Amino acid sequence: MQDNNTIIQCQNVNFYYGNFRALTDVTMDFEQNRVTALIGPSGCGKSTLLRLLNRMNDLIDGTRVEGRILFEGRDIYGDKVDPVEVRKRIGMVFQKPNPFPKSIFNNITYGPRLAGLQRKSDLEALVERSLKQASLWEEARDILGQSAMMLSGGQQQRLCIARALAMKPDILLMDEPTSALDPISTAKIEELIDELKKQYTIIIVTHNMQQAARVSDSTGFFYLGKLIEFNPTEKLFTNPDEKQTEDYITGRFG
Amino acid sequence: MKWRYLKQNVFFLMVRLSALSIAVAIGAFLFYIFYHGAGVISWSFLTEPPRDAMTKGGIMPAILGTFYLTLGALMIALPLGITSAVYLSEYAKQGPAVRIIRIGVNCLAGVPSIVFGLFGLGLFVVFLQFGSSIASGALTLGFLILPTIIGASEEALKAVPRTFREASLALGVSKWQTIFRIVLPSALPGILTGSILGIGRAAGETAPIMFTAAAFFTPLLPKSIFDQVMALPYHVYVLATAGTHIEETRPIQYGTIVVLVALVLGIDLVAIIIRSWIRKKKRW
Repeated sequence: MQDNNTIIQCQNVNFYYGNFRALTDVTMDFEQNRVTALIGPSGCGKSTLLRLLNRMNDLIDGTRVEGRILFEGRDIYGDKVDPVEVRKRIGMVFQKPNPFPKSIFNNITYGPRLAGLQRKSDLEALVERSLKQASLWEEARDILGQSAMMLSGGQQQRLCIARALAMKPDILLMDEPTSALDPISTAKIEELIDELKKQYTIIIVTHNMQQAARVSDSTGFFYLGKLIEFNPTEKLFTNPDEKQTEDYITGRFG
Repeated sequence: MKWRYLKQNVFFLMVRLSALSIAVAIGAFLFYIFYHGAGVISWSFLTEPPRDAMTKGGIMPAILGTFYLTLGALMIALPLGITSAVYLSEYAKQGPAVRIIRIGVNCLAGVPSIVFGLFGLGLFVVFLQFGSSIASGALTLGFLILPTIIGASEEALKAVPRTFREASLALGVSKWQTIFRIVLPSALPGILTGSILGIGRAAGETAPIMFTAAAFFTPLLPKSIFDQVMALPYHVYVLATAGTHIEETRPIQYGTIVVLVALVLGIDLVAIIIRSWIRKKKRW
């Protein structure tokens, strides 16, 4: 898997919630402009790993990271690294759509404004660009001033994607982004992922194996905090190296 | 079969009666007060100072004094209480230190109000030499309602979904900005509701202002925050116990109580209106 395209490298990563070891010796590389899926049964550590990549686990008391996570060669857990800067470049979309109780426009401009973007014309252009990227522009262009809470679940999730994209991140982390959505909204988001990977690196955690197979280029299978297998998606789903992977994807457990 | 229905009916009856007894108690209390006090309420009663050794005239200085004291207490306790709550619920690492602070806050809530009065007398009136004044009284009342405000603020902050915080932080927004821009605005209506209910209580307190702010009688209106004022609850106390013409001042006493009760219920009503307005607006 190692080549010049690598954007994030995890090297021997261990992670602890208090005394509980949630990840054991995870080493894997994520490639630029690719979609990488992380799959595995509940509690296998896939979401934990995802949240390590933009330091969201910092918010939980009593956690500890070992090993190194390099983003463009720099350890994001290094002493001088500001997690706020990491999160500006590595955006995240959550399981449940979580728009702010603000207007659609202000949801998108919230982050960029605080990062210093002030000019109205810039902000307007950014909103349009972000909404177009998230395929929400046609539905939202006339109601930008309305509360984001008025949108449907699927629209809210696309708004959350637009909001993350407005920060112009390099990487987009998605934590089961469609698990709270109906099939039609799910299909829209999957199409979107396909479109977005031209510009962004996407790492997606999913419970839905068909989804992983449909949208990703590479897939990592986690079990009990360990990375069991990491291969191109087609190979992992048709001819896995590991017996455990095969058992999982054929539905024998999990 | 019949026996079971009988038991059920007896039980329901008891439950109904207890609920009813509360309504009756409040109703009787309000009726008694208004029956005795409503007669003296008039425009001049509300706008004139007392005359003829408080046997005639109005209670305007006391209304104004209570207003100043309450406003002052709110101005002191609200910023202090909100910032403490933000620290406790957003910043502090949960551990022994925070537990001690929390225990302290709870103890403060349980301290009898007369103790606050004496504390205010010792610290503000005597030691800091503010004298018996609006400043001393407002500070004392402020500390009295501080636990209420901290409690209400903490509850309101906890009610803000964690997902809002995560969404903001994940955009590369700092923790301080997240609290200031997302968490506090979402929690503010709840904070205000709890705080207003607290201030309603403070407006009716007698003991804390007895030694720190309230004047037995002063026809003059305060010119600065270091002047003494009259206050409604203390005025009631004075008229009921310490006056020289207790029988003649009885109607004024009830009138003052009517004004005080109306004021406190009015403040509570504002809180209730704000709360129902939030519930309608809230969509998360």
